[in-house]
Amino acid sequence: MSKPEYLLFDRNTKAIFWNLNRNAIQRMLDYDYVVGRDPSVVAIVAPTQSRKFDKFFYGTNEIMIPIYKSTTEAAKDFPEADVLLNFASFRTAYDVTMEALEIPTIRTIAITAEGIPERFARTMRIKAKELGKWIIGPATVGGIAPGAFRIANTGGTIENIVNSKLHRPGSVGLVTRSGGLFNELSNVIARNANGIAEGIAIGGDRYPGTDFLDHMLRYEKNPQVKFMVLLGEVGGTLELRVAEAIKEGKITKPVIAWCIGTISKFFGGEVQFGHAGAKAGAEAETADAKNAALREAGAYVPSSFNELPELIRGVYEELHAKGEIPEIKEPEVPPIPEDYAKALKEGKVRKPTNFICTISDDRGEEATYCGVPISEVVEKGYTIADVIGLLWFKQKFPQWASQFLDMVIKVVADHGPAVSGAHNTKVTARAGKDLMSSIVTGILTIGPRFGGAIDGAAKYFKMAKEKGMDPVEFVDYMKKVEKIPIPGIGHRIKSTKNPDKRVELLKNFAKENFPSTELLDYALEVEKVTTSKKENLILNVDGTIGVLLVDMFRALGYSDEQIDELINAGAFNAFFVLGRTIGFIGHYLDEKRLDMPLYRHPTDDILYDVKRPEGA
Amino acid sequence: MAQRGIREYDGKRILAQNWEEYFDDAFQYDFKSVLITPETDLDKVPEEHPWVKETPLVAKPDMLFGKRGKLGLIFFKKEKPGDVTWEDAKKWIKQKMSEEVEINGIKGHLTHFLVEPFVPHKPEEEYYVAITTDEDEDIIYMSAFGGIEVEENWDKVVEVKIPVTASDEEVKKIISQNVPKEIKDKEKYADFVFRLYKLFKDLHFTYLEINPLVMVGNRVYPLDFVGRVDDTAQFVAGRKWGELEFPAGFGRDLTPEEKYIKEMDEKSGASLKLTILNPEGRIWTLVAGGGASVVYADTVADLGAVKELANYGEYSGNPSRAETREYVKTVFDLMTRNRHPQGDKILIIGGAIANFTDVAKTFDGIIDAMKEYADKLKKVGIRIYVRRGGPNYQIGLKRIKEAAEELGIPIEVYGPETHMTEIVRKALDENKVVA
Repeated sequence: MSKPEYLLFDRNTKAIFWNLNRNAIQRMLDYDYVVGRDPSVVAIVAPTQSRKFDKFFYGTNEIMIPIYKSTTEAAKDFPEADVLLNFASFRTAYDVTMEALEIPTIRTIAITAEGIPERFARTMRIKAKELGKWIIGPATVGGIAPGAFRIANTGGTIENIVNSKLHRPGSVGLVTRSGGLFNELSNVIARNANGIAEGIAIGGDRYPGTDFLDHMLRYEKNPQVKFMVLLGEVGGTLELRVAEAIKEGKITKPVIAWCIGTISKFFGGEVQFGHAGAKAGAEAETADAKNAALREAGAYVPSSFNELPELIRGVYEELHAKGEIPEIKEPEVPPIPEDYAKALKEGKVRKPTNFICTISDDRGEEATYCGVPISEVVEKGYTIADVIGLLWFKQKFPQWASQFLDMVIKVVADHGPAVSGAHNTKVTARAGKDLMSSIVTGILTIGPRFGGAIDGAAKYFKMAKEKGMDPVEFVDYMKKVEKIPIPGIGHRIKSTKNPDKRVELLKNFAKENFPSTELLDYALEVEKVTTSKKENLILNVDGTIGVLLVDMFRALGYSDEQIDELINAGAFNAFFVLGRTIGFIGHYLDEKRLDMPLYRHPTDDILYDVKRPEGA
Repeated sequence: MAQRGIREYDGKRILAQNWEEYFDDAFQYDFKSVLITPETDLDKVPEEHPWVKETPLVAKPDMLFGKRGKLGLIFFKKEKPGDVTWEDAKKWIKQKMSEEVEINGIKGHLTHFLVEPFVPHKPEEEYYVAITTDEDEDIIYMSAFGGIEVEENWDKVVEVKIPVTASDEEVKKIISQNVPKEIKDKEKYADFVFRLYKLFKDLHFTYLEINPLVMVGNRVYPLDFVGRVDDTAQFVAGRKWGELEFPAGFGRDLTPEEKYIKEMDEKSGASLKLTILNPEGRIWTLVAGGGASVVYADTVADLGAVKELANYGEYSGNPSRAETREYVKTVFDLMTRNRHPQGDKILIIGGAIANFTDVAKTFDGIIDAMKEYADKLKKVGIRIYVRRGGPNYQIGLKRIKEAAEELGIPIEVYGPETHMTEIVRKALDENKVVA
């Protein structure tokens, strides 16, 4: 477990990852798998996550990584984790770091956020130095110890990692500011030498937590590192400290160094090239001055970035020839199973689906109702009935149908507090239950005896018409064969002399606007027969809606079989359920407003007829 | 970005707005300053600031550059100090706004002026205080010899280092033990500096200089104020800053294109930067990454073509396809305005090996822009050189090659097996940019 002081990471290093950044964590586990070590991320800290863990792949297997609310809690359960990967945003990264610095088991903190205020960066830096801890960053991709541990996204794709020999240790110690160039340099070093032994990108800010020299002094002590590559930048004096250390003999291994930003001399400091820290305040901070100082101190400094690869090759070959750099046996690299999502995107895999949806789609820029974006639904003034058309029947209703359905919903929305559904809703609400519980008691009451007449009327009138029964025959058939009252016929109060106004409105609308009212006409013939027996056996609202829905769908081009399917599926009943839910919600809210106590039915309203069974 | 200069006006306004919290009853500051810009209706100023008509005035440009006195740009006297009226100041400002001036070798127009009451005082009342930041400590400079004399008396300036993590008590002690001996009321001065330092820290200033600082009893007159703040601290100190503008340096006004990209950058989680170096240049760059973009610019200069380098810029942090498209269109728009007398223009689409930026996605954005500008690009003549690595780079390279070929635009495409800046050498050689 214990590793030499000069190493920040080895093959046993365990890390706590702050922020549920699934991609970065998965990349780390993929790396672990490729280099044949145990998963390096042992815990995740994500204060706003309600989940207790998340799943990740390790090879083809899935593993669970626990999620904690704070670093302190995570560190308590995983004292062996000495690295915190601080992926918090620039707003929180400082607080996260300050908390972690106080945790004795955490030794190294890598901070990725860009835009952390300088004062915070300086405070973190000083605090860490006081405590003898290591901060990498802010504003960095991190770093890598090939074959041992990878910080988050460092090295990029697994393919690049292997190409750049970041999956096994080489002989070069690398330090850069930028993360993009870190990758680039790793690649250059793999091509022109034998790859890196360790690499750190210190980050582009003015005040990095640790700088080039801090890490190069570690590399100096690390026997695996045979020479070092430093890629600096215009601005600041960090590279000059390295030059100083070489002069003083603190660094004895060969150093190849280059500071980018030589362009700035042509623009007199007016143009900000590159990172926040990359602006020369004084002559000594220019890339040219720093390159000169490093060269003078004894580092290998090329004359341009373009010549860097050759210089690296030269130094490598010299050390190799002297026998200072041993041959490396290339390890086997197990293939990383491809992610399903990626393979799918590339057309490499397929799988059958378990569900089908033909009415709406949430995958694009905006969700659609049957292909129509919701914004268009609003902009073009679709009515609720039009939306029903799209989502229930997958069609844009003609205006007459849409207007008719709008009337239907309005007409069925409520029928007072006494009907059984509304009553149940009220009783449940008074028992202190919530909206959902209260209205479902109402909805669950809808059935053959309550609100079911629309379906029934549609079904029987349609059947009779299709079979060519004349009205008298039909009335007779219902009485003798089905042995039930005709659904949709009869009203408690209304009669031929006192017609139901709602029915009148629906009928008149249909007569004026429907292309045909064939079944309504038939039902009215039936009504003549029934009312001749008893005045209140009129075609009621449910019956009217039922037969008119049949007429409507027929006019919309539905076949008789298709309409039967709709009725059997409950689509006609659905209009009642939808409409009446408005009423149920009203009754529920009414109860809440009135704050009525629990309802207990009076005993004098119940006939008690309870007898003890024989022998009991 | 990070440290940004702010106007003298804003510096004083910030002082005034936070005065109660930091200086409470110990000191008084009668903030009277008005910022005049080309948009200011000069005739309305006396309505909002009646004092301009009641007191002699000082007027000076407020555009981040110093040495205004030496440049003859502080207007405080016609015949003798303190005889400048509002009418005089108005005339002087109008006059200065209309003429072109040269400051530190840069030509431009003066646009922003500060007008304040003239404060008569004796030279011995002029103190000096400045605070700056270094790696592990803040540095406070204190002196009894303020005003223009401070530089000749620099040996009398006391420099004290305050560790970043020092407590209030420690800071107080360090300051009061180091107040220059020439200062009359040492206790008062130390108290003021201590309070000013606290404000400096809390409001994330990175530089603050008041010179001269005139103190008469409890009254404080910061006659000049130079300040820089750390703009990344907006989320911490923004409320105390109030509406704060970060002006570009004198003569470095952003072009509309630069401004457009800057605004896009501010809204985006990704990083998008554009600086136009020479709009007539032949070499244009679209480079991913803050470090790589510098390397490409270096290489153009190393190979002797810096005069032809048209722009510096970078995109990074995984910008969306649409963001990339808008960024590239801005560059295309600039580079297709005229033909280059020496031949086809060169477009370097470069970058290192990305860590997590999806190369295929960003290239799709470039391709979108290329399609939109195909006719213009062909008309002006363009050759494209591409080098990139990273997630999905093979797909990205293949798509951009196919798209350019389909549009009839000459293109060469390279991946991570080619050294990053090799395409610059190739492009310059093949097009004989350097004789």
